[in-house]
Amino acid sequence: MIHRRREMAYGILTLLVLALLFANLCSGSVSIPFGEVLRILGGRGGDPVFSDIVLQIRFPRALAAAVLGGALALSGYLLQTFFHNPIAGPFILGISSGAKLVVAMVMVAALGRTMRVSSLALILAAFMGAMISMGFVLLMSRVMDQMSMLIVSGVMIGYICTAVTDFIVTFADDADIVNLHNWSKGSFSGIGWDNVAVMSVVISAAVFCIFSMSKPISAYQMGESYACNMGVDIRLFRGILVLLSSILSACVTAFAGPVSFVGIAVPHLVKSLFGTAKPLFLIPGCFLGGAAFCLLCDLLARVMFAPTELSISTVTAIFGAPVVLFIMVRRKRERG
Amino acid sequence: MAHLYTEGLSVGYEGVPLIRDISLRVEKGEILTLIGPNGAGKTTILKSLIRQLAPLGGAVRLDGREICSISGKELSMKLSVVLTDRVRTELMTCREVVATGRYPYTGRFGILSEKDRRIVREAMELVHIEELSGRDFMQISDGQKQRVMLARAICQEPELIVLDEPTSFLDMKYKLEFLSILQNMSRTRRLSVILSLHELDLAGRISDKIACVRGDRIDRFGTPEEIFSDGYMQELYGMTVGSYDERTGDLELEPVKGAPRVFVLSGGGSGTAVYRRLQREGTPFAAGILWENDLDYPAARALAAEVVSVKAFCRIPGSALVRAKELIDRCRQVICTLDADGAGEFYGELPELLEYARRQGK
Repeated sequence: MIHRRREMAYGILTLLVLALLFANLCSGSVSIPFGEVLRILGGRGGDPVFSDIVLQIRFPRALAAAVLGGALALSGYLLQTFFHNPIAGPFILGISSGAKLVVAMVMVAALGRTMRVSSLALILAAFMGAMISMGFVLLMSRVMDQMSMLIVSGVMIGYICTAVTDFIVTFADDADIVNLHNWSKGSFSGIGWDNVAVMSVVISAAVFCIFSMSKPISAYQMGESYACNMGVDIRLFRGILVLLSSILSACVTAFAGPVSFVGIAVPHLVKSLFGTAKPLFLIPGCFLGGAAFCLLCDLLARVMFAPTELSISTVTAIFGAPVVLFIMVRRKRERG
Repeated sequence: MAHLYTEGLSVGYEGVPLIRDISLRVEKGEILTLIGPNGAGKTTILKSLIRQLAPLGGAVRLDGREICSISGKELSMKLSVVLTDRVRTELMTCREVVATGRYPYTGRFGILSEKDRRIVREAMELVHIEELSGRDFMQISDGQKQRVMLARAICQEPELIVLDEPTSFLDMKYKLEFLSILQNMSRTRRLSVILSLHELDLAGRISDKIACVRGDRIDRFGTPEEIFSDGYMQELYGMTVGSYDERTGDLELEPVKGAPRVFVLSGGGSGTAVYRRLQREGTPFAAGILWENDLDYPAARALAAEVVSVKAFCRIPGSALVRAKELIDRCRQVICTLDADGAGEFYGELPELLEYARRQGK
């Protein structure tokens, strides 16, 4: 019975990801028929204009949305486990904004010297920013024992970082500023194959590490003292968890800018779908769920007001924020 | 060699020692209980014994080995815990919570084998929580949670189990059941148990050894007989209000002061309820004549303004009779809880006293 439910859940998520992937390839400012897309993907010619649109623009973008969405959802899941807080996530805790700030600084500096910044350098910059924010959040978590206060301090850190980023972006010159501006609001546009290759390697490595840690993560869910009694090296474990969740959210921010609410909403929805919070099932589940969620949101961002494109965070917030409210109301009710 | 012992252990937080020079030892299959007032540091000591707090001096040795030198995995197969930390689970059934105890024995991904499942089932049967098995852990009561956590600790198959105030949320029935499970396991499986308790009466019954934590030291360490004597408990807890009877574990409130207004003629346990009622009503009273081995004697001594007592198994001397009559003269009322008809030979002069009171119309 329980096994059936989990198999069904995996099935549903996989189908959703595939369906949304194709939907993303077909639709946009120019609609391309499904058959045509299949022919192009199969390498059997088709219209060269369509072929370019699908292979050079839509396909890498859709893959990036899927991979980065999965990474965001997983990062959120790890942070929720880490802080024992169901509404923790890379965006709300200011980690994405920290990453954004350092990336913006690096990009503006590079533009000034007309240099091109490599994908890896961007990830590294984002990672540094993420770790700085994470450091602040950890400091705060020592002082704030209330989970709502931790979230508030995370939001404040986010605001500070965003303000500084806006400041830097405003005073940077050049036409590239338009790109930078779009990116700093969050968008999957303009991602090419080289970026997809880099992010796939980094993110798969991180996901592999996380999956192999599913046992200690399950112990940690019982609380630190019990995890310690079960033989988990708490310090090492916490360190690795912080590192991995920062790498994931840094990767996303480096390529797509800050994307809100995916990290909170997806793990919650996936838990309800699976009927469990066990990391062994939820780690792959969150990744698939995040991929589907971001594919859907990017699709909407592109087609709703085509040819004008919405920023991805606008769409994710519309779907994600109500989930957060729902979680908070339910927790309040549980406590009576 | 003792199963677990400490050598000049100092414990505390952030480099500041709270309790120094702790020497505890528990033999295999023994039950050691820590007692002491709130905030005395029982939890701090327990946390140091299970290696969750680094010792600030001295050492904890398990099977003769310094506990810090044992790997986390090995230790988790030898030692399990039930703590006061609130466990917040998400979408976990009680069976799944119990099964987390199998952690040290499962493989890389923590998947349970048939043997693991059997041990989980047995642990749940032992604690009588089979009916909770499929319930969500967050939806059950605190007492039920405590029992689930005991089953969890048991299925970790430890040689030593450490419990921090495990009986706090349990009702009478489950308190006894919980402690009997520990006692049985200590006898049949040679499981060593270290726990902290607030219930002194239970501590006195279950423990092989008791350690009294007081201020910055272990004030006393020994068998219950050695500890529960000479009014030490009242001293340990710094009790200034009321009294504690070390033999029965009865707690009595403050006696009502003043000249006695009621004389209670009682014995054999018939008077205790009356003493307590008079205390509640705020009436000072005298009690007598009681032999010192009478069931009513401890309560009378704790609550009465004056007790006319006689040494155990002795005849009532004339002086006691005179004093009792004096008191009856001064009191407005005499309450007799004795059944005069059923009096044996040894009731001695008590019927005479009752007759004396009747004649005075009291």
